[in-house]
Amino acid sequence: MPSTPLRIDSPDPGTLHLSLPPRLDIATTGDAWRRASAALDRPDIRTLRVAATDLENIDGAGIGLLVHLRDLSQARGIAFELAALPGRFQPLLDAFPPGSLPPPLKSAEPPGFLEQIGRSGAGLGRDLRDLLGFTGELATAIGRSLLHPREIRWSETWSTVERAGVNAFPIIALVGFLIGFILAFQSAVPMQQFGAEIFVADLVALSLLRELGPLMTAIVLAGRSGSAFAAEIGTMKVKEELDALNTMGIRPLRFLVVPRALAAIIVTPILAAFTSFFGLIGGLVVMLSLGFPLVTYVNQVRGALSPEDFPSGLAKALVFGLLVAGIGCLRGLQTGTGASAVGESTTRAVVAGILLIILSDGLFSVVFYSLGI
Amino acid sequence: MPSPLIRVEHLTAGWNGRVILDDLSFEVFEGEVFVILGGSGCGKSTLLKQMIGLYTPMSGHVRIDGDDIVTARGADRLRILRKIGVTYQSGALFGSMTLLENIGLPLREFTDLPEEARILVGRMKLKLVGLAGYENHFPSEISGGMQKRAAIARAMALDPRILFLDEPSAGLDPVTSAGLDALIRQLAETLGVTFVIVTHELPSIFAIADRVIMLDARTRTIVATGPPAELRDRAEDPWVRRFFNREADNG
Repeated sequence: MPSTPLRIDSPDPGTLHLSLPPRLDIATTGDAWRRASAALDRPDIRTLRVAATDLENIDGAGIGLLVHLRDLSQARGIAFELAALPGRFQPLLDAFPPGSLPPPLKSAEPPGFLEQIGRSGAGLGRDLRDLLGFTGELATAIGRSLLHPREIRWSETWSTVERAGVNAFPIIALVGFLIGFILAFQSAVPMQQFGAEIFVADLVALSLLRELGPLMTAIVLAGRSGSAFAAEIGTMKVKEELDALNTMGIRPLRFLVVPRALAAIIVTPILAAFTSFFGLIGGLVVMLSLGFPLVTYVNQVRGALSPEDFPSGLAKALVFGLLVAGIGCLRGLQTGTGASAVGESTTRAVVAGILLIILSDGLFSVVFYSLGI
Repeated sequence: MPSPLIRVEHLTAGWNGRVILDDLSFEVFEGEVFVILGGSGCGKSTLLKQMIGLYTPMSGHVRIDGDDIVTARGADRLRILRKIGVTYQSGALFGSMTLLENIGLPLREFTDLPEEARILVGRMKLKLVGLAGYENHFPSEISGGMQKRAAIARAMALDPRILFLDEPSAGLDPVTSAGLDALIRQLAETLGVTFVIVTHELPSIFAIADRVIMLDARTRTIVATGPPAELRDRAEDPWVRRFFNREADNG
């Protein structure tokens, strides 16, 4: 049933008369508010009379309109008269006398531009210091755990191996295959112009085993497991489970981080080997389509690789795995408070994990070059 | 006697086939402060969530102002939900929004109020719960007690007829808890809001409740109904008397 609207009339030029409808609630106040505000915009109004004669029901929104009209009239020097408001509604209006709504207190001021730069710089410095400290602590904890293997939580470690390694196998196989396939396909076209298609096998094998296999594996691991580590530990932090561990005298580093780091160290080289293997199969598909037999491809790959290529790739993968697990756990431990904190930790874990992987890959390139590997 | 605003009829609820609440029937009258209480694990919060339609019961009905929330779907369900406001144990304020934005969200979604009206109504709700001035604060910038009061302000945003509060004073200091009790009584008396409150804080129960029902985990049903003082002094069930007198159960 349509409700009766607010009635507006002007018995004389300086007076505005508003008759409230029987129902002034959350459903009807919006329309009344707009029409009353528009009517009050006339500059010649000296008196505002509001009649609540028909009013049967009013709620918080309706009271809000009365407060708004009263305060607006006061601000514009207009006389405000409210007539016939039923007594049972008077306490609702009395709860908001003029000036009873103070201006909002200021929340924490956002920092200025220069301050932001300073804070970011200081934050970066703190972050690097924390990272270095955490790396040292983690290395010590892993070393100690390896010396005392009974202290390691093997059930947690193998469970993480399954989640980060075994469960990642399908995506790793797909990524590896596609990387090998795309690499071979993209390089085959220009190489054909020089009659050098056979060397596509060399390119695929060398780049996968030395570089792309470990790198892609680590990036997938950062997105998949590094974020999961940060979210798991971050949620524990938010739920005060880390405080519970600390007060029991159990160090979260040994209890939570070491099993995850060991699992990452175990699975990353294995996954990197599989990435390279499936990449080689992707390359093989392209080579077969170009008319080269399987035996030619295999012989070309074997000839292109030197004995240290595979182990050097695995060594990289091992370090990448440690970095991904370490930064994931560190971001989890650094989780703040609030609903968005875990999400922020997860994002920071993935971003920092990929950044560290690329930086350390560059470092590996320099070291391997210096060593002649 | 006012008319019943909520009717719970032969409600049976539980998890995975295990019955927690068995054949409960009771009524909540318009304008009363109704408290659901009982020991830990007796199904108080489960009952509350059945009453607000979050969970579906195994059998039975919950009628709010005559409409069954258990079977209502689509627009009918939304119409029932507009009559109720709910606050949860944790407050459940949206952390990425200021207090004013938290209160403004239902106003923006479900009304045609212009922005200045939404802001004014939001500020008035905050003033009602004693948080005037904190409009631009985020939930993380205020205390736990203030968060609970802000959650009540948000639940009142659309002026519902019924407010369901799940453990409103849990974890609060006695002074803050007493302030919250006073606020509930004030809202019930000035705005005529009906309250359904889950709690086992005895001082709060005596301060605010018109009537209570007491659930028992052993029988999985209601063991006592009535004004709290009456149950404390004259309940037939010795467990109910022990509960109200805070006596240890050595059995």
